[in-house]
Amino acid sequence: MTQLALVIDLNVCVGCSACVTSCKEWNTSSEGGGGMVDKNPYGKDPTGTFFNRVQTFEVGEYPNVETVHFPKSCLHCEDPPCVPVCPTGASYKRKEDGIVLVDYDKCIGCKYCSWACPYGAREIDEKQKVMKKCTLCVDRIYDTSLREDRRKPACVLACPTSARLFGDVHDPMSAVSVAINERGGYQLMPEWGTRPSNHYLPRRKMKSQVTEESLNRIDNPLKKEEQRAPVSSDLPSLDDFLF
Amino acid sequence: MHPAFSVIFLTTLIGAGQGLFLALYTGQVYNTFGVVGDVMPPQPLYIAGTVIVTLLMALGLFASFFHLGRPERAWRAATMWRTSWLAREVIVLPAFAGTAFLWGALHYFGIDPVVFTTGTVEVKLTLLVGLVAGVLAFLLYVCTGMIYAAIKFIQEWATPLTIVNYTLLGLASGFSLAAALSAYYCSSLVDAYALWALVFTLVGFVSRIFALRRNGRLKYKSTACTAIGVRHPKITQISQGAMGGSFNTREFFHHKTPQFMQAIKVFFLIMAFIVPVTLVVIGWSNQFALVLLAAALIQYVGLLAERWFFFAQANHPQNLYYQAT
Repeated sequence: MTQLALVIDLNVCVGCSACVTSCKEWNTSSEGGGGMVDKNPYGKDPTGTFFNRVQTFEVGEYPNVETVHFPKSCLHCEDPPCVPVCPTGASYKRKEDGIVLVDYDKCIGCKYCSWACPYGAREIDEKQKVMKKCTLCVDRIYDTSLREDRRKPACVLACPTSARLFGDVHDPMSAVSVAINERGGYQLMPEWGTRPSNHYLPRRKMKSQVTEESLNRIDNPLKKEEQRAPVSSDLPSLDDFLF
Repeated sequence: MHPAFSVIFLTTLIGAGQGLFLALYTGQVYNTFGVVGDVMPPQPLYIAGTVIVTLLMALGLFASFFHLGRPERAWRAATMWRTSWLAREVIVLPAFAGTAFLWGALHYFGIDPVVFTTGTVEVKLTLLVGLVAGVLAFLLYVCTGMIYAAIKFIQEWATPLTIVNYTLLGLASGFSLAAALSAYYCSSLVDAYALWALVFTLVGFVSRIFALRRNGRLKYKSTACTAIGVRHPKITQISQGAMGGSFNTREFFHHKTPQFMQAIKVFFLIMAFIVPVTLVVIGWSNQFALVLLAAALIQYVGLLAERWFFFAQANHPQNLYYQAT
């Protein structure tokens, strides 16, 4: 069974929001999606639909502080709580690749699925009045008119630091599975048993351990002389015996 | 959560409608089995009551449409009844309203043949139709409550107390209304209705206090640590990726001060429980229909506030991602 997903490397994400803008661009201009509507884009309180956002968190307290840029989109849970609650069946999980999608023609805009998502991954489209969410760019990853290396979600292609990996997390040999295994990839809010398919790779601390011992070797032969006992003028020296 | 008035009106109106029907049917059962001594079955009470039940259900349904983005597709909402409590509610609501209407219509047209006789009691057709409607009324309480109780990560809602409260508060408002109605029609059922209205209001008060106490001591399972997967006691959000607000900031938080929340809590405890109990006792002891009606209406206003608080108090874990712009 295939489960397509994103793996997001928090170690290299710089928070540039290229994934956000490319997502918005692709899903607004692609056919069939109906766009992602904005309200007052140039006015006082601009707001709009987004499938993906980069949030920023500060971990710790100055001076021991670290900034974490945290891209968040639909996690395409293996046990998605948003799907069974949908009264119309508009919200569904595809059997063939595990993508959680909304059928815009069936959705009645009751917002119940957004209540049932602990991650806040779903947003109502204020124009179409239906629920929208990340589709993993389902309209481009299977598009055979594209070059094979371009058949990836727009956010993955846009990321300048390659912080976003895309692949089948059920295939143990895939690049995403290897990354999850080798680098301790984790899921968000594991306490609710939703088993998100998207994983996050944690920060890696690049600290070298330098101890006093490794700088000053106790048995350093070059420093042997410094360890000689202090010479006292009362004691006979070697010269007294030689002459 | 952001309390949507469409849902507040829906749940309180249909709750009262179900309660009123259950009261009417209780009256019929009492009359049939000789618990109360009405000489003639209070047909005008049944008919007027059914009209009000139908009106309440229709108003509730009407209010619910304002919650939908695409109301013209509402019929689709009945399809996923196998998994969705919302779909189950969408099916049970019209089923109950229809059966309750049928019960009233049978009374109105006098189509009420004796189906069978047990001992000296004649079991009539309306008694059986009413039984079906009564069961559906209870099912509808369960469906409405489960819509909220089934979302396990909204911990304020994920408790059996949610269903108990929806049932008890619906019954309380319905029986209060029935007490006023029966006093207006000078039915001897007023004693039973007023007594049940008091019982349901007081038991509802106790169970609502239990729910408030439970929610006050709630320990949230999700924290900023589990939300972003970084283990540190101090995690501060500095940006949420949008400065002008989004669906996430509008739908999941009430944007009111804690003082306002506290005021609403005190308000609903007084208006939905304390004032109605007092007025029902006064109205009942003086057989004063107007006071009983005031009790029912004030209780309804109190329940609107109660439902607002129910929604506003629920803390959705997604708010962990929206702590700061």
